Order: sequence, then structure tokens, then C-alpha cells
Amino acid sequence: MMRPGFTDPVLDAQSCFRAVLEAMSRPGRVQRLASALAPPAPLDAATAAVLLTLVDAETPLWLNAGVEAEEWVRFHCGCPVAATPAEAAFVLATATPPDLASLPQGTDEEPEAGATLIWQVAALEAGEGWRLSGPGIEREHRLRVGGAPEGFRAAWAARRGGYPRGVDVILCAGQSIAALPRTTRIEEG
Amino acid sequence: MAVLARAGGEAIRAHLADTTPLPPHTRLRGPETGLVMLRGRAGGDGAAFNLSEMTVTRCSVSLPCGAVGHAYVAGRDHQQAELAALLDAALQDPARRAALMEAVIAPLAAAQADADEAEARKAAATRVQFFTMATMR
Repeated sequence: MMRPGFTDPVLDAQSCFRAVLEAMSRPGRVQRLASALAPPAPLDAATAAVLLTLVDAETPLWLNAGVEAEEWVRFHCGCPVAATPAEAAFVLATATPPDLASLPQGTDEEPEAGATLIWQVAALEAGEGWRLSGPGIEREHRLRVGGAPEGFRAAWAARRGGYPRGVDVILCAGQSIAALPRTTRIEEG
Repeated sequence: MAVLARAGGEAIRAHLADTTPLPPHTRLRGPETGLVMLRGRAGGDGAAFNLSEMTVTRCSVSLPCGAVGHAYVAGRDHQQAELAALLDAALQDPARRAALMEAVIAPLAAAQADADEAEARKAAATRVQFFTMATMR
């Protein structure tokens, strides 16, 4: 059965966009959303809010979240669904994300064409776990990402050489979001 | 749907009030007003061009039974869009369909046919016959 989207599409999308902006500006800081969304499984409220805010008819989305979630996203966002992650502007991963190298990285002239990975993880905790550094971080931020696969940190480090090309990541769990822009360095805590 | 798209929100509400109340519905999207681009073709076979934009209100609702109804109506009448979507959902239910068709759709369709006919009659009264040489002879 189809579920509703934002109660107030304008204000809810604006406050969520602000949270995404804060998360991107301060990599690894966890932002709380006050979203009343009840999206279909397996989507969390934060994941659904980020999708409704960012994805629209001009941004192909690739997702592996099941038929019900795909129907819901297509109805509310009106977005085309990409056949492979390589053709998508946004990639939604609810379990293990696709290989970072398989996503669009943009070009040196148009780095903004790189994909954004919206990754729903089991938990987000600030203050422990990975050590993050880079632009937007004064010394270091610490972030524990519940359910991150073993090889993710190595894959992330391998992609950093291609700057300004790259992939940005928005992490979502429950009502929380955090971001890993392509400039962020991740070290094991 | 064409009947609902042409009927005003007040008219639909008035006819709905006479029937058994519909179950409470959930708004999935809207009602919200926006613009759609109308496309035209010169002469019917020319290249497509943008004719103008049109104000359209759309709404989607769902009923507890799972039926989803959609409506796109011209203008800014939110009540009309919501009721049209609600009826679109309710009319999918075979148990309700006959009663709703009789109580809501049929009277609205009859009223629209009457209005069309009155308009046509008014227009016919102003018809001018052009006599050509052929007919005058």
C-alpha cells in the first residue's frame, strides 16, 4: 500500500536540505532530523527525507531497496530509475553499497557530475570509531558507522587520488544523517 | 474522470453528502497547484512547439482498503482535486461503484450535458446565414 510523503513538502524539504548542508559542511558531525515520515521498509525516516529532498525528475536514481520502496520513491520524487549505478546521479544503498569505483566520478572539468551515494547504515555514533580529517574539520571528527563493510575504508582511500573527481556519501540511520564529502580522509580509530 | 474534472468542488461535495459516507482517506500527495506546459503542432503535422502554460491542481489519496486515486484538474480548486481523487479511489471498489455512479457521477454528467446544450442553443440563435449567388438563385 502506498504511503504518504512529507506533510508539508516545502518546509519539510527545506529543513532537511539545511541538515544535509550542515552535514556536508561538517563531515562526520551527526545531524538529527525531526521527520514524521513513515516510509515503506526497508527505508529509514532519515533516508526517505533525504531522498524526497534531493532526488527529482532530473536525477536518475539507482536503488536496491525492493519493489515497494522503489514504487514509493518513483511516485513521490518522480525520478527516472537507472539500470546500473554507473548511470545514476544518486545511488541509494540500504545494505552493502556498490563498489565506489563503479559510480560516476565526474570529470576534471565537471566534478559536480560525480554521484552522491545515499547509504543507509545500521547506526551512526559520533565521538568514537573512524578518525575523519580534511576541509570542514578543525582537527578531527570521530564517527562510528554501524555495518560498514571491511573494505570500505581502503576503497575510499583509493578513490582520493582522483580529486576533484569522486563520490560524496550521505550516511543515514534512523533519524540521523552524517556526510562524507570526497575531500574527507578516513583513518582507523 | 472527465465528469469530475469539469465539475466544481462544491457540486461534487453536495452530491457526495447524499450518499453513504466514504471511509477516511490519507493524502499521499497534494492537493497542490502547478503549471503544465501545453504543446501544440501548427496545422496538426508541423513541429511541436510550446503553446502556453496551464494551471493544474493535482491530488493523490489512498483509502484504508489500499485503493489509490489520482486526479489532475484544471484550475486551482483544491477541494475538487481532492474529491475527484477520492472518488477515483472509491470507484475502484465494485461494491461501491454502482451507488456512487448513480448518486454522484450521473447527476453531474446530466447537469454538464444540460449546460452544454443551453450554450449550444444560445450560440445557434446567433447563427448568420451567408447567402451566396448560388443559393439566392
